[in-house]
Amino acid sequence: MTVPDHAHLTYPRIAASGDRAVVVELSDQICDETNRRVVALAAALDADPIDGIVETVPTYRSLLVCYDPLIVRGRDLSIRLLERLSTIRIDAAGSRRLVVPVLYGGDAGMDLSELAEMKDMSVRDLVALHGSADYRVHMIGFAPGFAYLGGLPEKLHTPRLPAPRQRIEASVIGIGGKQASINSVPGPSGWRFIGRTPIRVFDPARKDPFLLRAGDHVRFRAIEADEAAALDAAVADGAPPIEWEEA
Amino acid sequence: MTRLIVKQAGPMMSVQDRGRSGLLQMGVSGCGPMDVTAMRIANRLVGNDEGDALIEFAHVGGQFEVSEPVLLAVTGGAVSVTIDGTPVATWESYRLDPGQTLRIGALTNAVWGYLALSGGIRTEPVLGARSTHLRSAIGGLEGRRLSAGDVLPLGATQETALAAPRKILRKPLSRSAGPIRVIEGPQAGHFDEAAWQQFLRGPFTVSASRDRMAQMLDGPKITAAAGHDVVSDGTVMGSIQVPASGRPIVLMAERQTSGGYAKIATVASVDLPRLAQALTGCQIRFKRVSRDHAEDLWIAHTRALDEVLTSLDHGAGATMSEGGMP
Repeated sequence: MTVPDHAHLTYPRIAASGDRAVVVELSDQICDETNRRVVALAAALDADPIDGIVETVPTYRSLLVCYDPLIVRGRDLSIRLLERLSTIRIDAAGSRRLVVPVLYGGDAGMDLSELAEMKDMSVRDLVALHGSADYRVHMIGFAPGFAYLGGLPEKLHTPRLPAPRQRIEASVIGIGGKQASINSVPGPSGWRFIGRTPIRVFDPARKDPFLLRAGDHVRFRAIEADEAAALDAAVADGAPPIEWEEA
Repeated sequence: MTRLIVKQAGPMMSVQDRGRSGLLQMGVSGCGPMDVTAMRIANRLVGNDEGDALIEFAHVGGQFEVSEPVLLAVTGGAVSVTIDGTPVATWESYRLDPGQTLRIGALTNAVWGYLALSGGIRTEPVLGARSTHLRSAIGGLEGRRLSAGDVLPLGATQETALAAPRKILRKPLSRSAGPIRVIEGPQAGHFDEAAWQQFLRGPFTVSASRDRMAQMLDGPKITAAAGHDVVSDGTVMGSIQVPASGRPIVLMAERQTSGGYAKIATVASVDLPRLAQALTGCQIRFKRVSRDHAEDLWIAHTRALDEVLTSLDHGAGATMSEGGMP
């Protein structure tokens, strides 16, 4: 059998994604360090753009760079991207952390007790563990404003449901595999759900529709029903308090 | 304010403009038209900017009325169009007055049709565009498909525009019947020589499982020796991903911004409208070309189309044939 070329790949590599995009691949694995470089490359291209780049899409371990071939050819752009990659520096300073208030359990957190049972923990310990971690936004994708959060404590890693549920509401807090999530729009999902937040990570009507971007940090803070009600009211008034801290 | 009244609507009709730009990194699909060439021509035939919002429909049009005189043009493919029962041509502009009924029938040789109206559709932009994204229910009219009874605001049409000579694309768009050209994809190396041979030999049948998001293809099973699942990365319109079923899926205008299946190839931009317009059940083949060549084709196509669009504005009429292009 022929051994696929894939077996010999070395990183970084730049591959064509058609005739109007290239993908800068830094690895074929998920890891924090790689993702930091992806985010740093996207930021460097934002700060000092290369002519012809239309937009970029940071993901776990690669950066999609869309371009206009009438302005820059893919071959030339690839060379310039490799040069740029060699000059980027990862600067941890200036990262921000969103504090997400969570009302655990309830209808939205339909899987909380079952998950605690599965993990042989009390609900209280599970909530404490989920709220103790520092999460990092590896990428935004799948749906508008949907953040893939790395940093879920290993004990909470949970396989997805065999069959997805048809509709999960926005702002529901989930766990899928090794990742944590905050649902951004309603839709089908096979993840497990443990609570909800009054805040909306995505609201197309808001002046800044997206709360999170790749590279941000997130932590969860447990709240009680009365605080959730107060925050729900503030969100309905369009003036929710959004809490950021330095990461 | 001029209004477009939808009296009857086909099953898949939505407001689209040039699409959203710059928000892929926020998980927002680019949307926009399935056949960007037909959309640009439709808009320019009625004197709009080529990226203005218009109506896109799949297979079947509908019936429409207006509250003020406007210019209209229908493009995309061959379809019966009448104004108060009198047949009018596609790829040409006509005047529609209040009290008249515009009827658009079923496309016979294409899938996606466009109805442009002078002034453009002026629904509220969402995230910088009027394009409808059905899955996340944003843009267009309430983020949904259009249906009978809907009323859409239109921009103003100048008296001089109504009085000007009609615009005509002299030779309707003809598309070549050759293979769909593809460039090796980011995970081309996941597929061994045998898989590539099968992929290029095909043929594939355009499946009825198709929408604005994706086009499924039926044909030989394509196996990724190095695995069908990858760490999710960015997608483009035309990405051909192959899940473990071995059945290729071509991502289209309303695709998700990232995906975790191995992408064997990407459709050349110049052939994207042709694939979108391929009738369900027809057979297609793929041909591998270099990225450089695909870029050359796209640049030549873009320049030729620009010339066609400019000539429309100068009243000379224009001819367009994608089949004749290199």
